[in-house]
Amino acid sequence: MNSRGITCTIIVLSVLCCNGFAQTPTAADLNALRAQLDAIKADYDKRIQALEMQVQALQTQVQTAPKPETAAVVPPGQPPAAEVPAGAQGAGGPTGALPVYGGVASSKVFNPDIAVIGDFLGAAGSNKVNPDPALELHESEAAFQAIVDPYARADFFISFGEQGVNLEEGYLTFPAIPGGLLVKVGKMRAAFGKINTLHNHVLPWTDRPLVTTQLVGGEDGINDAGLSVARLIPNPWIFLEATGQVFRGDSNDLFKSSKRGDVTYVGHLRGYQDITENTNIDLGVSFSRGHNAAGVVNDFDLGRFRTTLYGADATIRWRPLKRSIYHSFVGRSEFVWSRRGQPDGVQSALGYYFSGDYQFARRWFAGVRYDRSKRADDPSLVDKGQSAILTYWPSEFSQVRGQYRRTQYAVGPTANEFLMQFQFSIGAHGAHPF
Amino acid sequence: MKIKNCLAVLVTLFMASLPAQGQSKLNVITTTEDLAAIAREVGGDHTTVESIARGYQDPHFVEAKPSFILKLQKADMLILVGRDLEIGWLPPLIQQSRNSKVQVGADGYLDASLQVRILEIPQGQITRAEGDVHPLGNPHYWLDPENGKIIAREIFDKFAHFRPNDRAYFEQRLNDFVNRINDAAKRWVALMAPYKGTKVVTYHRSFPNFAERFGLNIVGYVEPKPGIPPTPQHTLDLINEMKKTNVKLVLVEPYFDLKTPNAIGRETGAEVLVMPPSVGGVKEVTDYFKLFDYDLNLLINAIKKISAK
Repeated sequence: MNSRGITCTIIVLSVLCCNGFAQTPTAADLNALRAQLDAIKADYDKRIQALEMQVQALQTQVQTAPKPETAAVVPPGQPPAAEVPAGAQGAGGPTGALPVYGGVASSKVFNPDIAVIGDFLGAAGSNKVNPDPALELHESEAAFQAIVDPYARADFFISFGEQGVNLEEGYLTFPAIPGGLLVKVGKMRAAFGKINTLHNHVLPWTDRPLVTTQLVGGEDGINDAGLSVARLIPNPWIFLEATGQVFRGDSNDLFKSSKRGDVTYVGHLRGYQDITENTNIDLGVSFSRGHNAAGVVNDFDLGRFRTTLYGADATIRWRPLKRSIYHSFVGRSEFVWSRRGQPDGVQSALGYYFSGDYQFARRWFAGVRYDRSKRADDPSLVDKGQSAILTYWPSEFSQVRGQYRRTQYAVGPTANEFLMQFQFSIGAHGAHPF
Repeated sequence: MKIKNCLAVLVTLFMASLPAQGQSKLNVITTTEDLAAIAREVGGDHTTVESIARGYQDPHFVEAKPSFILKLQKADMLILVGRDLEIGWLPPLIQQSRNSKVQVGADGYLDASLQVRILEIPQGQITRAEGDVHPLGNPHYWLDPENGKIIAREIFDKFAHFRPNDRAYFEQRLNDFVNRINDAAKRWVALMAPYKGTKVVTYHRSFPNFAERFGLNIVGYVEPKPGIPPTPQHTLDLINEMKKTNVKLVLVEPYFDLKTPNAIGRETGAEVLVMPPSVGGVKEVTDYFKLFDYDLNLLINAIKKISAK
């Protein structure tokens, strides 16, 4: 209120100054102006005093009013208590009391959504070929996600494991490029099949299937820096999406780039159809090709060998809408055929898995999985596995899982293991996996 | 002459096609059937309106199916409930829609919660020790007809913005809707007036706005905390509380299991009502008015039955 008075005074003075340039004031003029200013000042002093009294009265009312117990309301038509930019409101962002620590601070409004997901694993039983530690905090994943500007959003997933820190994914998405394209740039999991696109914490198992381990780059899979373009293919029948991706060419042991031109290509075609409102089917075919490490000697690719992967995936889901939180079934299968060039010729290896997961109560899921895969560099070696899984969800933000896994390795004794997993999420509410 | 005639026909056809294009129906996608019902009231036959979620499914747990991406891809407008109700499934659908009109903050993106009366906005520090709490307040605000009017006005503003030529049409429909809601609300409040203060237990926190408008007193919940399934201890405590305070009504949303509510009903002698919080929750509830007609009729009949015992 004081500032309003000062502003008016400044305006009056400015006007007076402007007039001053036009003509030279006389002593009588100056006296008259001084009188006017005094009158204005007196008027504003009165108003300020009145307003100060009103503020005091209101403060007294607020202090004496009973505090609400648990709830507060925003009356219709009244602006919310905390002012937030229009963009943040449109984002479903905060109005009213903001859920931030330390009070309302405008810088926090634009902080990305942050979540941390812990993945704790325990293993018992025998596995002499590929033993996991008895207890480990397998992965702690930190996710940072936000809208960058009207044209893009950014997603970062940083995983902290016992081996160190790894940028699992970090990419920019342009969701509304003309031509119906969805463009991503950055480091990302490639759109090869289904499992390769999923983070550990959304898998229905404690581990990844043998086909992933043996043919598609292990736990991290095809995960590289690159560019992805996806387009919906218009047709009157089904959802059809084609994705093309180009990567630098470095994905663990699967692809190895020695020159700028040694990029990896990934292609994926996905078809989806609702069979009924409760049941749907999701089918995909994938392709990937890049240079491998078989001919690399002292960081120089002498052999120029390549690996080509072909994949097919199928998922069938059932979830009755009226009881969607209590019962569901997901059946999945993926087949991968690898053709790996190496000094002793091109090796062809096939691997696959079948799995089924049934939700029999609101918090309980039971599942089975059958695995079989040849090894990419020696297809005469075949590994097989069977698993039974039971998962309990105390809430949407934590889960406890037990998995019995039997693995018949091509070389070495059969492993019989019991794996235990605790997963927990803090921070922003992420999207449910589909 | 023939060429001239052909040109004249082509020009006429072109001109004839222009108004048709200008009057093309506004394609509106809503997240829930309640918003769809209100949008249809305002938009009439100048819009096509479709909802993603069905009224009989839990709106917190809708699956982000690719078939919804196709719907959003063609939409001129997206209307959502907001307040984090759709946080688990709407963001990936919007992101994959390839539709600039419905991206967050775009002209065709309408969060219907920004002007309405929101209850249960948590104060102070919030943690998930309180369950799956909505930090921005309770999102079930459409269950107050006064909020229904505010939502309709917001929808009208958007419709008029996108179809300025149809402004008068939408305005007439909005006024008609508001008048009918005003009349109906008077009737609904009068119907419930004799039963003001009736104590009820609800399964989830779906009915605070409804209870406030129609004078119900919600004394407990079957869920111990939002999103947390009933536990034996909480159920026992609730039964004792209901016996102590003489609560004879348990309201259950159609998508929740009736096992625990029925057990509570048996122990306390309370009536268990499957009460839809949304249009489409049961077959008979096909529009916004029928939602209140159905729910209030269900409640009043149950209260009368209890009183007659």
